[in-house]
Amino acid sequence: MKKLALSAFVIISFALYSFGLRHSDSPLLVSPKTSSGQGSGTSTAARSSASSSATTSGTAQTATTYKDGTYTGSVADAFYGNVQVQATIQGGKITAVKFLQYPNDRPNSVEINRQAMPYLQQEAIQAQSAHVDGVSGATDTSQAFVQSLSSALSQAM
Amino acid sequence: MGMPVTAEIADNKRAAAAIADTFAYFHEIDKRYSTYKPESEISRINAGLPEAQWSGEMKTVLSLCEQTKRETYGFFDIMRGDKLDPSGLVKGWAIQQAAERLRRRGIDNFCLEAGGDFQVSGASSRGEPWRIGIRNPFNRDEIIKVLTVASEGVATSGTAVRGQHIYDPHNPEAPIKDVKSLTVIGPNVYEADRFATAAFAMGKDGINFIESLDGFEGYAIDTEGIATLTSGFERYAV
Repeated sequence: MKKLALSAFVIISFALYSFGLRHSDSPLLVSPKTSSGQGSGTSTAARSSASSSATTSGTAQTATTYKDGTYTGSVADAFYGNVQVQATIQGGKITAVKFLQYPNDRPNSVEINRQAMPYLQQEAIQAQSAHVDGVSGATDTSQAFVQSLSSALSQAM
Repeated sequence: MGMPVTAEIADNKRAAAAIADTFAYFHEIDKRYSTYKPESEISRINAGLPEAQWSGEMKTVLSLCEQTKRETYGFFDIMRGDKLDPSGLVKGWAIQQAAERLRRRGIDNFCLEAGGDFQVSGASSRGEPWRIGIRNPFNRDEIIKVLTVASEGVATSGTAVRGQHIYDPHNPEAPIKDVKSLTVIGPNVYEADRFATAAFAMGKDGINFIESLDGFEGYAIDTEGIATLTSGFERYAV
């Protein structure tokens, strides 16, 4: 009986251990590859930001005439997911840019070893107007957008 | 990688040549590590280039990626499906290398930036510490914090898009406030960037991870616009 209890304990510990291991090994930064099933809210937001960027690109490239058609850009890694756009050219101009892939999902969070942490101070963010030498901020998604769009446009040349 | 790079050198001597060298270096890095260029070394590796033909530098970078993965509970991972993409580490590493090149040229006062991450050194042309703003993740045109730094690295991880569904495995039903942007100040930009990337992937636990590291401070902004500061962050804030 004691032996049985011991082996049960070993099996349960191993099961718990491997469960924990599976969690801690899950790579969180793997691209989600969700090309469909976006919420309509997300799609709308994506499209409106896309059309403003497309206008900029169109203006910047007035010297180039694109051939009419619909072109699909390469999948660009926005680090938190993939971005892929499709550009439609009519009359030599970009008339539409559609997101085929957009980072809208992430693999699940994984529990990290939480040590006892001191209470951290919080504050509401507030705009400041002081002089700065540079600004730090994330730019990943917009870069991936530009990459995918330019690859779509290079096919249209 | 294709990201904007800015270099400001406050030392008057030899500044032009140093800036030219810095940009040439970033072009070299882009040529080797860009996953968008089929002829880059990383693309050729992903297309099956045998390991014996990998450059020594590439092997160093990939081993740093492995090391970072181990140090961040697996949150830093360069595998994209079956492809390697070390971009998440190369940016900070390359800025750091470029900074060392400047120092070897005898330049001590500079501010180097690539894609929103900074390495500063010495003083600005006003003779004061460098001032780096943190961008409002909800409004690109706004700064919500100003940091003064003399020799540190500053990196921000985040996403301008709505994009995460993170849940607490112990409490899956409870909604948690997602992190919108996480800025890390570290001993140099390489360290700040790799830990900012991994900590951002940890969601709301990320700021605690930064708190647990010696020599690092962080400023995390959640989706409600509430920031959480590590205990020593305030000494950098204006």
